Amino acid sequence: MNYNFRFEILLRYQAEILQGVLLTLQLSVLTMVFGLVIGLGVAIAAGSPSKWLSVPARFYVETIRNTPLLVQLFIVFFGLPSLGVRLSADLAAVIALSINMGAYGAEILRAGFESVRRSQIEAGRSLGLTAAQTFRHVVLFQATKAIYPALASQFVLIMLATCVVSSIGVTELFHQAAFIDSRTYRSFEAYTLITLSYLILTLAFRALFSFIYWAVFVRRPAR
Amino acid sequence: MIREFAGADVVYLLLAARWTVALALVAMLGGGLLGLVIAALRIVPFKPANWLAILYINLIQGTPLLGQLFIFFFGLPLIGIQVDAWTAAAISLSIYAAAFFGEIWRGALQSVSIRQWEAGASLGLTYGQRLFYVVLPQALRVAVAPTVGFLVQLIKNTSLTALIGFVELTRAGQIISGATFAPLRVYLVVAVVYFVICFSLSQMSRRLERKLHVAR
Amino acid sequence: MSLVELTQIRKSFGPVEVLKDVSLKVEKGEIVAIIGRSGSGKSTLLRCINGLEQVQAGRILVAGIDVTARNADLNVLRERAGMVFQSYNLFPHLDVERNVTLALKLVKKLDREAAGKIARDVVARVGLAEKLHAYPDELSGGQQQRVAIARSLAMQPALMLFDEITSALDPELVGEVLRVLEGVAKEGMTMMLVTHEMNFAKNVADRVIFMHEGRIHEDGPAREILQTPRTAELGSFLSAVLH
Repeated sequence: MNYNFRFEILLRYQAEILQGVLLTLQLSVLTMVFGLVIGLGVAIAAGSPSKWLSVPARFYVETIRNTPLLVQLFIVFFGLPSLGVRLSADLAAVIALSINMGAYGAEILRAGFESVRRSQIEAGRSLGLTAAQTFRHVVLFQATKAIYPALASQFVLIMLATCVVSSIGVTELFHQAAFIDSRTYRSFEAYTLITLSYLILTLAFRALFSFIYWAVFVRRPAR
Repeated sequence: MIREFAGADVVYLLLAARWTVALALVAMLGGGLLGLVIAALRIVPFKPANWLAILYINLIQGTPLLGQLFIFFFGLPLIGIQVDAWTAAAISLSIYAAAFFGEIWRGALQSVSIRQWEAGASLGLTYGQRLFYVVLPQALRVAVAPTVGFLVQLIKNTSLTALIGFVELTRAGQIISGATFAPLRVYLVVAVVYFVICFSLSQMSRRLERKLHVAR
Repeated sequence: MSLVELTQIRKSFGPVEVLKDVSLKVEKGEIVAIIGRSGSGKSTLLRCINGLEQVQAGRILVAGIDVTARNADLNVLRERAGMVFQSYNLFPHLDVERNVTLALKLVKKLDREAAGKIARDVVARVGLAEKLHAYPDELSGGQQQRVAIARSLAMQPALMLFDEITSALDPELVGEVLRVLEGVAKEGMTMMLVTHEMNFAKNVADRVIFMHEGRIHEDGPAREILQTPRTAELGSFLSAVLH
């Protein structure tokens, strides 16, 4: 092998990489927020006794979970203009990612609410709490604690998944690999560096989420 | 030349879907074998082996598959292995799948209580007999549904190989879409084909889960 | 030579010393009940005898096999010393018959027919002939524990170890398991039982060992020990469990 690895020339692109990281994080956070809002609605609809709500909700979840994100993205970005809906790449990315996350969010939330035992609700009601008070003081904390790990790992999954939106030209972190590649012709180094940047982000977020879990759910407030 | 999206194009997409399935099968086999090794490294009572497996799993699960694909696509030629998109995709997806299979199977093995090992031991069964007759049959029941469930992820993730130019279902969709300028219809057909494959697997996974959960 | 011979056993879990210099001999045919508070080391003692725990010091001989030797063949030991656990530990993927025949086929190398015959015999002895093809989760706790006893009995061990086998059972199921134990005792099996059933210890065991803080605190004929405890520790333990 007589290839000279030249990772050092990539150092010139710190600004681009940083900008990519910021956009990736923005995309991830927006996706998480919108996805959970959609997911909450879908979870409630799916659990509703009305077939008019539950059937479409389940159809949505199954459709999204059984097709690739990349194809969903292409439908939104390349397909919708045929219907007269023209979206910028950034907007198409946020919409496709949020719709995708909505299906997973619905499943996570449903599992979370199911995890709170009926007896806990009964205990709350038998103490004279109203349904809303029981939800607020009994169910919410336990359910949040139950779904937190799934939400935390879902965030990392989203962050890693956002790189597919580079294929429609969103200049997030993964797109910077192609950009650096086009400037330096150092494809291997560029993609390795960018891929490992995701590893750093993943590890940093996992550590952050573990700390938050400890601070919120494990640590007892000092008395 | 722009033409209509026609029946022949649907046939082309279906033929391309064979490559999606073939790639997933190769990754399932390659990843399955490597995954067994990862699961074994993860549970043997030898710390450096555990660390190696954990490093591997974190490296694969902590980075985007798309990045891994590009690294193999551009990296293998550098160490003298000329690869086409198919080879890079097959290797990369196998390595990716191994990390997940390894974790699923480790979890399944560890879900069998230590008491079952002890009960086997107290009857005089050797380590191998305890593993094969007592623990593995129970672990298999636990592992089947999530393993089939992961195949859905695998099928969906083969779509990323379109971005390194491997002509499977999604890439075929891009090609037809470019030729016909009917992207919405083309990608909807593509989505339907994925859905049929993945939904069948999902349902199978669910049925297996229910069946194995009820049966012993 | 005694069937079981423990010489100056020491066992710790991390910094906690669970067994402190325990020596003990059990003769063939003896029925020994081991009693004591939780944490006194009685279960650990049994697990050490079966090689499920390794000791830090001392020597354990069971039927002439040195359990503590570096190259001890624990599988041969376990063929001779059967063990029944508090949590039954039946194999959930196998029915009653196959739970019993598994080790007969694999360890004793019996063919299917011979193993099946033994299985039917021991399962009948614990009164579950009609449950031969039931799976563990179709049985009550008491029935599962009786199958576990049958499974161990089928190996024709020289010694049987019972680790609090009625503690996980509902009170109304304890009796049926104790009756099976009594039957096994009458056949002359050497038995060591960790138990909280004082009446059973008094009526069935020949000998009672009271463990206290990792040591054998009292050791003697069952009735004598239980009726007239010599030490204050045993006295207070007995009045705590009997009232």
